[in-house]
Amino acid sequence: MAHVEAHAAQHVAHAEQQQHPIKLYLLVWGLLFVLSAFSYLVDYFGLQGFLRWSLILIFMMLKAGLIVAVFMHMAWERLALTYAILLPPLLVLVFVALMVSESNYVLFTRVAFFGTGP
Amino acid sequence: MSAPIKTPAADTLPRPAGLAGLASDWASDQRTFKNVSWGKAMMWIFLLSDTFVFGCFLLAYMSARMSTTVPWPNPSEVFALEIAGAHVPLILIAIMTFVLISSSGTMAMAVNCGYRRDRRKTALLMLVTALFGATFVGMQAFEWSKLIAEGVRPWGNPWGAAQFGSSFFMITGFHGTHVTFGVIFLLIIARKVWRGDFDTERPGFFTSRKGRYEIVEITGLYWHFVDLVWVFIFAFFYLW
Repeated sequence: MAHVEAHAAQHVAHAEQQQHPIKLYLLVWGLLFVLSAFSYLVDYFGLQGFLRWSLILIFMMLKAGLIVAVFMHMAWERLALTYAILLPPLLVLVFVALMVSESNYVLFTRVAFFGTGP
Repeated sequence: MSAPIKTPAADTLPRPAGLAGLASDWASDQRTFKNVSWGKAMMWIFLLSDTFVFGCFLLAYMSARMSTTVPWPNPSEVFALEIAGAHVPLILIAIMTFVLISSSGTMAMAVNCGYRRDRRKTALLMLVTALFGATFVGMQAFEWSKLIAEGVRPWGNPWGAAQFGSSFFMITGFHGTHVTFGVIFLLIIARKVWRGDFDTERPGFFTSRKGRYEIVEITGLYWHFVDLVWVFIFAFFYLW
């Protein structure tokens, strides 16, 4: 294995991309733990209604953002890649809107025609 | 070994940053993703398509839950465990979340060590990541067996809306499969790193081309994506 080490040493001088301080990774790691604990506590304390949903969504988006931006290095990529990857999923929101409307209609027809509604 | 001759063509003009850079990168007759290798770009595009797959699963779950006239089983109660006589809601899922986040952290460290060409640390950190992943899958297997023993089936369950079972098995099953493949992927790359393939430029088994430490980052992208999907499943399926 001596040749492996010798070879490795030769390459150390090469400047590689996506090299960031370990401190940043540790910080994000810690934040992810804290945010996960918070979202678990939302359930543990049995928060309900608007407060519950907004907190769940806020913690979810913060966690997702941290993972994509720092762990997946999206924050340091050129905008050409960032926009190509992050914009298309937003279209799913249009799909969500469609399906919300559709689900409401399905519920309406079930209640109206099968009479099993609440 | 003589160094390849580098032509100065690459450093003629600095590339514009920001939105001007976005427009010029996407303009015609050139490579769009300038400083991103094909391997990394393809992994990102695969992850984008996978985003749509999981997006559709979560949408199907949303539609089923919104349109059912029967009450939805309360996940907080369904996934509760008795630990030392105490009734703790959702505890197994919380532990699974922490296991997966820990694995994401060790993966990020592995990528960092990989670019510093510290092959032992890189391989070890990837093995730790794989171990966390296997733990996660094991806990999921426990959760599945528990729910199946309690009578949850894709077509019904003792607590409410029948669609609960099908949504649960579909979403967590697909995610668990992704984790399993991620573990296999990690083990394969960790072995290559440990053997020093990327230091000695050993030809790949299938491609006969020399690999680079960038594959660790690409593996990492996949692994972080698996964690990312869990963030959404945790929020929408277990907490909502």
